[in-house]
Amino acid sequence: MSVQKSLTPTFVPGALPHGTGALPRLWSGKAWAFLGAAALVLLVVVPVCNLLVPKDSVFHVSDYTVTLIGKIMCYAIVALAMDLIWGYTGILSLGHGLFFALGGYAMGMYLMRSIGRDGVYKSDLPDFMVFLDWKTYPWYWSFTDNFWYCALLVVLVPGVLAFVFGFFAFRSRIKGVYFSIITQALTYAFMLLFFRNDTGFGGNNGFTDFKRILGFPIAAPETRVAMFMVTGAALLGFLCLGRAIVQSKLGRVLTAIRDAETRVMFSGYNPVYFKLFIWTLSAVICGVAGALYVPQVGIINPSEMSPANSIEIAIWTAVGGRGTLIGPVIGAAAVNLGKSWFTQALPEYWLFALGLLFILVTLYLPRGIAGLWIKKRS
Amino acid sequence: MSANATPIPNAGASGASGHISDGRVAMKGVDISHKGILYLDSISVSFDGFKALNDLNLVVDAGELRCVIGPNGAGKTTMMDVITGKTRPDTGSAFFGQSIDLTRLSEPEIADRGIGRKFQKPTVFTDHTVFENLELARKADKRVWPTLTARLDSAARDRILTILDTIKLTAEAGRPAGLLSHGQKQWLEIGMLLMQEPQLLLLDEPVAGMTDDETMRSAELFESLAGEYTLVVVEHDMDFVARIADRVTVLHEGHVLAEGSMQQVQENEQVIEVFLGR
Ligand SMILES: Nc1ncnc2c1ncn2[C@@H]1O[C@H](COP(=O)(O)OP(=O)(O)OP(=O)(O)O)[C@@H](O)[C@H]1O
Ligand SMILES: [Mg+2]
Repeated sequence: MSVQKSLTPTFVPGALPHGTGALPRLWSGKAWAFLGAAALVLLVVVPVCNLLVPKDSVFHVSDYTVTLIGKIMCYAIVALAMDLIWGYTGILSLGHGLFFALGGYAMGMYLMRSIGRDGVYKSDLPDFMVFLDWKTYPWYWSFTDNFWYCALLVVLVPGVLAFVFGFFAFRSRIKGVYFSIITQALTYAFMLLFFRNDTGFGGNNGFTDFKRILGFPIAAPETRVAMFMVTGAALLGFLCLGRAIVQSKLGRVLTAIRDAETRVMFSGYNPVYFKLFIWTLSAVICGVAGALYVPQVGIINPSEMSPANSIEIAIWTAVGGRGTLIGPVIGAAAVNLGKSWFTQALPEYWLFALGLLFILVTLYLPRGIAGLWIKKRS
Repeated sequence: MSANATPIPNAGASGASGHISDGRVAMKGVDISHKGILYLDSISVSFDGFKALNDLNLVVDAGELRCVIGPNGAGKTTMMDVITGKTRPDTGSAFFGQSIDLTRLSEPEIADRGIGRKFQKPTVFTDHTVFENLELARKADKRVWPTLTARLDSAARDRILTILDTIKLTAEAGRPAGLLSHGQKQWLEIGMLLMQEPQLLLLDEPVAGMTDDETMRSAELFESLAGEYTLVVVEHDMDFVARIADRVTVLHEGHVLAEGSMQQVQENEQVIEVFLGR
């Protein structure tokens, strides 16, 4: 589980790390250039090439591509969140799909309310509630017609759940594979709960057929591109946030917990609160990713909470390279591009290919794709 | 740091010694107004019926350099586990100074009150540089938010550089600790303890795996620390013990067999029997 932090600047004997009092530099010059280029592509080039460049031009970016990249960026945010808790802190969560889905459902509630009377049954209630013969919204749907209230839920629901769950798990010193199994059980339990029609979240169909977001038609090209840009900005923002955290003293404590937790305790840090901090933050980031995902793909249902989904998140992270932040982003992109190719060309074989990939990476690339890059440099 | 070698650095706080600290407020400093800094009273610990510690009594004075010896399995490490909160005793009490009840505090709280511990197997943060290891250990507000916003000031940096010099690792400051030799790791861990500015240092076999030269230098280091700090050293290396110890405690089957100067202990019949009859 030892991941060398070779992406951070190394200390030259004689010189002193961490400038006196000054903020440590967030990224190297090269990395800033890379991020700037990424921002340019995501926020300017793709939008222009989709909206303004004519469809028959070679420079045109199709709607399909915009949605695909938008979706993959959401996955990349999840992988980034996973890296904070697994790569840096050494805690493997197999329940991150749950936090993603909860964020998605919170946003989905708003999107359902925004349908108004344009549903099949022309009712104030969503179609699935009419179908169940419900006359009013259940109490927990209160205020969900307000976008900002739902945005708050996107953060609070995964955050509070992770905080409470994490508090008991970490305080009881549940570690390693036991922790992973419990998180897997947690997401499974929620999946069963959400599959029930009585739960009030649309049962196995979940939420779909959204019409508009913040008053804009959800399928309009401009709306799609706007959501794409917000997602791109969120990805870059979370990348910088993650970097700031792992560069801080707290980040070094997290890695220390991963490598020698008892030493951390006997140095006077209580690992419970440090784990709780990064675990909760990681869950919140997943929730935001889910909220960005749902309006772009147009559906959320309980299958997002299936145990396999959470395992896939771990695979993206491992393939990209744990403990590198940028690696898991690349891993999420690479695996999902592979997936979208496979599911068109050889749909039956995708799971085998994924399993094989995971085995190969574990055996030959313990530090993932980012590890290749680090090796080449040194 | 209490740079003065006076045995009662917290004499001013001892007015409050009458009542027991509730573990949260004010009295953070250890009250050593009665000379003793560590009191273990009839401690027993059993693992599945096996008594690792059996009615153990031990008092260590502030500023003392105490060595604890005993055959394998005597309970030396278990004793340190009890003092540092890792293991809770079945019976008996453990006090740090007059008022800090160690059996009621967690490991980080005990570390925060001023007890530093070096493990039998050297334990450092392998992926962090030597410098970063010392930085993390440094006495500071170790709650989450202050840690997130912490910046290294020049006083802290000077302190780290001083300790680097003390543990002879200045040249290795930028190397990941995982790449150090065994002896260097031992020293780094000791350096990390010093960064914590503890009052009491518990060192479990600190010179195991060191070369003769390194052992010599460790002896010098520990002798220089005694007085300013209180040290409890567990060691199997008898020459080393004979050289540094003020007093020696012999542990056998979880119980104190003998206590006194090295010479007194060596002449004790029971001790001879235990060590030779092994
Ligand atoms: N967690 C545990 N569970 C069961 N038995 C234990 C545990 N910890 C220690 N013991 C047993 O308690 C006894 C005392 O162990 P301890 O490690 O304290 O000895 P020690 O004096 O440090 O020995 P050494 O010189 O080998 O380090 C040993 O017999 C050991 O096997
Ligand atoms: Mg031992």
